[in-house]
Amino acid sequence: MALQDEPLLELKAVHHAIGGRTIVEIEHWALRPGEHALLLGPSGSGKTSLINIVCGLVAPTGGEVRVAGERMTGVSALEKDDLRRRRIGLVFQTLRLVSALTVRQNLLLAQTIGRRLRDEADVDRLIGRVGLSHRAHGRPRELSQGEGQRAAIARALVARPALVIADEPTSALDDANTGRMLDLLFDSAAATGATLLVATHDERVRGRFAHRLELAARA
Amino acid sequence: MSIFALTLAYLRDRKLATLLNILLLTLGVATLVLLRIFASQLESRLDRDAQGIDLVVGAKGSPMQLILSGVFHIDAPTGNIPLETLDLLRRQPTVGQAIPLALGDNFRGFRIVGTEAGYLDLYGAELADGRLFDRPMEAVIGSAVAAGTHAALGQRFTGSHGLGEGGHSHEDTPFTVVGRLKPTGTVVDRLILTPVESVWNVHGIHHEEHEDGHEHAPSAEETHGHHHDHDHDHEARPAPAAMDSGRQAELKPEVTAILVRYRSALGAVQLPGFINRQTDLQAAVPAVELARILSLVGIGLDTMRVLALLQMLTAALSIFVALYGSLQKRQGDMALLRVIGASRGQVFGQVLLEGLLLAAAGAILGLLLGHAVVGVAAAIFPELRELGVSALHFDPAELLILLGALGLGLLAALIPALQVYRTDIARTLAEVQ
Ligand SMILES: Nc1ncnc2c1ncn2[C@@H]1O[C@H](COP(=O)(O)OP(=O)(O)OP(=O)(O)O)[C@@H](O)[C@H]1O
Ligand SMILES: [Mg+2]
Repeated sequence: MALQDEPLLELKAVHHAIGGRTIVEIEHWALRPGEHALLLGPSGSGKTSLINIVCGLVAPTGGEVRVAGERMTGVSALEKDDLRRRRIGLVFQTLRLVSALTVRQNLLLAQTIGRRLRDEADVDRLIGRVGLSHRAHGRPRELSQGEGQRAAIARALVARPALVIADEPTSALDDANTGRMLDLLFDSAAATGATLLVATHDERVRGRFAHRLELAARA
Repeated sequence: MSIFALTLAYLRDRKLATLLNILLLTLGVATLVLLRIFASQLESRLDRDAQGIDLVVGAKGSPMQLILSGVFHIDAPTGNIPLETLDLLRRQPTVGQAIPLALGDNFRGFRIVGTEAGYLDLYGAELADGRLFDRPMEAVIGSAVAAGTHAALGQRFTGSHGLGEGGHSHEDTPFTVVGRLKPTGTVVDRLILTPVESVWNVHGIHHEEHEDGHEHAPSAEETHGHHHDHDHDHEARPAPAAMDSGRQAELKPEVTAILVRYRSALGAVQLPGFINRQTDLQAAVPAVELARILSLVGIGLDTMRVLALLQMLTAALSIFVALYGSLQKRQGDMALLRVIGASRGQVFGQVLLEGLLLAAAGAILGLLLGHAVVGVAAAIFPELRELGVSALHFDPAELLILLGALGLGLLAALIPALQVYRTDIARTLAEVQ
């Protein structure tokens, strides 16, 4: 099938420089559906910068980014917002949930904004999948580190994005929790049909991914 | 979970500030609404009291005082004028109608007004029960008098000297209530109306059936007939009458003021000058004095209005401060919303909505509070009820106040919202991470 063959994410001659200093430079890279990939590189190599470019939060100084065949570069801010809303789920290390809402409300909000529909059963199923049913009505600040991470994953998946990008999801976790975190990411992705792109400098997770994009350290 | 529900969650999250914002706005809006209700009701009441009266003729003095006493029945009269003035006026071709008023006494604070049936027509007053007075010492009472004194038909009462409560009473010249009026929403509700001759009787002024000149007032004619039959035994007594202060030796029939309606527009040109050239008379135009009264009252109202507006500005400022402070802490949230897929417009709208909701709550509560205060005030002070002040009456200007409050809320939220709109999410994410 043609659609199946189309890359979920395609970077063409992406170049980004700030103040004359090149931060990101990628000749060509493509990620196909189902090929969970690692974005690897030492601190300062431009992982976060590349994620911002992929999500349309930063416009690169050159090149083209396509998400599921649609252009993320050279289009209006509204189109970028829309493409991000429909295709991408983001998981951050610390920024997880809206503070004024409970876990469940956060997921419902993300579902409303991201998917423009309301399916409470689906939200509850997802909360159960990440093992937070007992904390569904807890506020973000009442959650433990691990609970917060799991909630962040559920929040990113609730809109059923094709591409889930996680920036340093494990760097603050110990070995056991890193393993559990990755299990959860893979399980959830399998359940919702999402493809993972995980940015990290954490060598412990290297073995879990078949595909990777390695960024070189920049002087 | 919608943006609207998220907004409510944020407002709930900072309960104290939210309540303070709303309270400040509520007080400002309530004050404005209150002022508006009182000012407009007062104005329309005064307008109604003065309507149809083109000119008031009375004794020389302050024209304002003449209007206050002769039209609105507050303040003391400027003095009395000879009864002949009435005939003089009725002979003028520019005069359509001239209604005499004789003041001086009260019953439990309600003014007794000697006049003619034409006075009732001026206000479209109708009888609730009983009949019109047709001879001296018969009285028709206004609705507020009936309610205030519980006077029934046939009830006899004696007037007290003066226009306020107290004063010695005229025990030997009692009035009889022969009719009670329906509420009119005008000054008539507070008055006790009786033929002019009653007032002369009470003050022992001998008056004879005088010559013609009463073609305009058939009821007065009738009154005189009855008077001739029954009231001739009243002889002149030296009463310390307000009717005739000072000249007790020779008491002549007098009136306090004469209400004039022009026959033609020419009257407005000729009559006031003609009257004012008479040595003892003055003519005052109700419309002119009313405008002066309202402008005097207006200065006071404007001062209070400015204070209320300042209070609303304070409320807007407090909304701004609360929103601004809250957004400093919510930068991560706002970035997260954008990451989830909310557009710039949506997060901008979310912040505006927060200001708008605060303003709407303050405006609606202020409106309710304003009307509640009017209701309580009307329940406590019967004078306000008489003025027609009611908690259930909504003024179109209140819509303007409402819109103004909403506008202030939006304005207060605009700067924080713009700031959110312009935020560079990538930078915020870098800072928050
Ligand atoms: N807004 C910016 N202005 C100037 N320099 C920037 C900006 N954003 C990123 N950089 C620089 O670009 C380089 C890449 O930064 P980036 O955050 O992408 O690295 P990273 O691979 O995510 O590192 P880490 O693993 O520590 O998170 C860094 O040298 C950083 O200082
Ligand atoms: Mg980074």
